[in-house]
Amino acid sequence: MLDSILFYFFGGVAVIGAALMVTRRNAIHSAVFLITTLLATAGIFLQLGAEFLFIAQIILYVGGIMVLFIFVIMLVRLDVALHHIRFRMKSLVVTIVIAVLGAEAGAIIYYARKLPGQGLFIQNMAPASNLTPNSEKLAQSLFTNYLLPFEIASVLLLVAMVGAVVMAKNKKRTEDS
Amino acid sequence: MMSPAHYLFLSLALFLIGCVGVVTRRNVIVVLMSIELILNAVNINLVLFSRIFGDAAGQVFALFIIADAAAEAAVGLGIIIAFFRNRETVLADEMDLLKW
Repeated sequence: MLDSILFYFFGGVAVIGAALMVTRRNAIHSAVFLITTLLATAGIFLQLGAEFLFIAQIILYVGGIMVLFIFVIMLVRLDVALHHIRFRMKSLVVTIVIAVLGAEAGAIIYYARKLPGQGLFIQNMAPASNLTPNSEKLAQSLFTNYLLPFEIASVLLLVAMVGAVVMAKNKKRTEDS
Repeated sequence: MMSPAHYLFLSLALFLIGCVGVVTRRNVIVVLMSIELILNAVNINLVLFSRIFGDAAGQVFALFIIADAAAEAAVGLGIIIAFFRNRETVLADEMDLLKW
């Protein structure tokens, strides 16, 4: 009972926040609604027994990435963008196509449990105790089986850091000096 | 206990909303935010299947996706700042430097 209340609360907040994020005109409002969605998703992670990802989501996504986004929105002048908004037929068509594709995928997930032995089979959840010391299990997996991807991810972050500095650097000022 | 299909539907809904945002919005910053939403929907799936199979590997990959999203956001926003400095716009429609 409590489980389903929590699920529908966090899921509803996530979906409503995402819908508002896509439809708001002002980019700052979009960013705030995306933060709401990310926090609700963190709640879903906690419900699924992923405590480490819950904390990582809040610290990295909400505390890091979204602050970067808001920083850039404030840096870039957006009042030009607000004047040129007009309704486009193309976006309506695209939305309908995506809705049809989504209905198809939803039907596949929905009927997967109705037809046992046919098509996609979604099995039931393992007991939550399989993942109980969550950070320990995650660290065990990360530093044994997935050590090479971990190192590659660190190199990727280094490359992204250097790339971001190179991209955002003011070239004119360096030519003058 | 909720069934796995509930979480799959939630993930599907977030993914589709993110797709609509990527395709319909003209502001490139909002397009990048929609991509973050799509990555987040995928993360829900990975954590769900990690829970279903009782294996931490799915959560490890979700962690990699978060690291990836951070890298993507840093480089993407760097490109947006560089472009804004040159063209004074962040609208996707006006990014037509290669058009002749």
